[in-house]
Amino acid sequence: MATLEIKDLHVAVTTEDGQKPILNGVDLTIRSGQTHAIMGPNGSGKSTLAYSIAGHPKYTVTSGSVTLDGVDVLSMKVDERARAGLFLAMQYPVEVPGVSVSNFLRTAKTALSGEAPKLRTWAKDVNSALDSVKMDRDFAQRNVNEGFSGGEKKRHEIVQLELLNPQLAILDETDSGLDIDALKIVAEGVNRFRDQGDRAVLLITHYTRILRYITPDFVHVFVAGRIAEQGGPELAERLEAEGYDRYLQGAAS
Amino acid sequence: MTPAPNVAAAAEAVESHLHPVPSYDVAVHPKPSGLEEVWRFTPLKRLRGLLDGEPSGDRLKWEAEVPPQVTVSEISAADARELGEMRPTDRPAALAVVNADRVVLVDVPAGAVLDSPLVIRLTGASVDETAWAHVLLRIGDHADGTVVFEHTGSARYAATTSVLVGAGANVELVSLQLWDDDAVHLGQINTRIGRDAVVRSFQVSLGGDVVRIVENVEYDAPGGQLEMYGVYFVDAGQHIEHRLFVDHNQPHTASHAVYKGGLQGEGAHSVWVGDVLIRKVAEGIETFETNRNLVLTDGCRADSVPNLEIETGEIRGAGHASATGRFDDEQLFYLQSRGISEDEARRLVVHGFFADIVRRIGVGEVEERLMAALERELAGDPAAVQRAQAAGR
Repeated sequence: MATLEIKDLHVAVTTEDGQKPILNGVDLTIRSGQTHAIMGPNGSGKSTLAYSIAGHPKYTVTSGSVTLDGVDVLSMKVDERARAGLFLAMQYPVEVPGVSVSNFLRTAKTALSGEAPKLRTWAKDVNSALDSVKMDRDFAQRNVNEGFSGGEKKRHEIVQLELLNPQLAILDETDSGLDIDALKIVAEGVNRFRDQGDRAVLLITHYTRILRYITPDFVHVFVAGRIAEQGGPELAERLEAEGYDRYLQGAAS
Repeated sequence: MTPAPNVAAAAEAVESHLHPVPSYDVAVHPKPSGLEEVWRFTPLKRLRGLLDGEPSGDRLKWEAEVPPQVTVSEISAADARELGEMRPTDRPAALAVVNADRVVLVDVPAGAVLDSPLVIRLTGASVDETAWAHVLLRIGDHADGTVVFEHTGSARYAATTSVLVGAGANVELVSLQLWDDDAVHLGQINTRIGRDAVVRSFQVSLGGDVVRIVENVEYDAPGGQLEMYGVYFVDAGQHIEHRLFVDHNQPHTASHAVYKGGLQGEGAHSVWVGDVLIRKVAEGIETFETNRNLVLTDGCRADSVPNLEIETGEIRGAGHASATGRFDDEQLFYLQSRGISEDEARRLVVHGFFADIVRRIGVGEVEERLMAALERELAGDPAAVQRAQAAGR
């Protein structure tokens, strides 16, 4: 069982004009077996929250804390956070020329589990993970994300989720830019991960569309770098009907 | 317009800084002051007097794995001229021709298909020895094979190598500069490509204090295709220079060059100069050259100078690209976010950076050794410190 606890988190990004605050006091607790959805308009800081938890060097935590089962996450290096059980499926997965998907996955699995995966079963695992998101097995021999379509990149993130099987998966707008078929494939992958029962999911999305396929336990509305409202799945339905205007007016006044 | 007279005129008349002056006469290649365009990047003081041109009887140890069809013999410099080798274009190359006491002729006969690579291992005993070498490599019409030159040990070494590639031949030339830290190597490789022949060349420069490789290529007839690749890794205090000149002097020829370098440590200096001349006669040609440098630490310098001189617009395409940059933070973050340590992530990125060239070599044993050597370079060998100290003096 794992618990990620975010307390009064303030995060700034360095720009040409100096430090610009983006997160202004985020409180959020995610436990094993729970799925949380964070929804909000563009620029509200949703992705910043995801990248700050993962440890992207562009973001500076100015105050607050993030702990995993009581252990300080913010003092960990990026790779240590992953080894502690965190995983970030990125909105824009990065191309790594000259590094094959197969080599990448094996290196990551080895780093996470502390030993090289057994050759025979590993090849089967990789193939079945590719099969399950309807990616051709040939992708294993291609360079990481190089020349992949937007949908293929997102499905490749889900392949990693499946094979690396973290404690907590943060999905940063994994649904954006996907057609309905790809969206279903991605959602099925996330649901397989959830169905293990003891895994946690933080789903960041702009749209309610994906929540038809992945039902969250909690919905948080993110506005101006903090959580403006919390509720159950019904909150997503209300957002679907009303949009974010109500919160934006509130933030502006 | 009648092309033929124009061609002759153009061939004589090109007055271009891109176009080196070929001559056996050492006096045509005076001792450089360092201000000359072709010498301005080279640390002349670190050449250990090689450009003085003192004769020497020292030779590199020569060991060869020679496939049965291939013959290796010794001929005179006059014979080499008779066989149509290309003339040297700079001082060390002219000095090597004058000072080498013989020419090694490597003959791959017409139609020969080599089942295994011809491997020539050259080893220097000490940087106190000066070795001059003159090699003529003849690839017969429609021959097919791979030739590997491997340089190890140490020496102050200047070599002129001519490669005459027959019509329809398909040849891969690999030269590995795996010298000890104090070696000085000034090499020139002059290649003439026959009709419809395909040449793939690989220059791999990892070792040595100063390594300067000049590659000149011209075409004997239409239809020749050239792929030139280069991989270099420059440590602290090391100078590695690659200069290539492709003379598109025949129509419907192609050249494609990709050189990639990694630089690491104080005073690491790489130079890449890629000159391409498209003569008036060279209609329908295609050329593209690329140089990319990955700067791994502060204190490195990568000079990259692509030049393209075009005398006819009737071509299929011509271009170049050059980029020098640091590690891509986003790539490192992506890999680390999957649990891969920073060192391992860097290793993967560097591996990937070079792999697309090394993988093309096609000699499995060489590919594996090179990737391993590149990883050792990245890990930083202790000898790099000595180089840095030497450079600081």
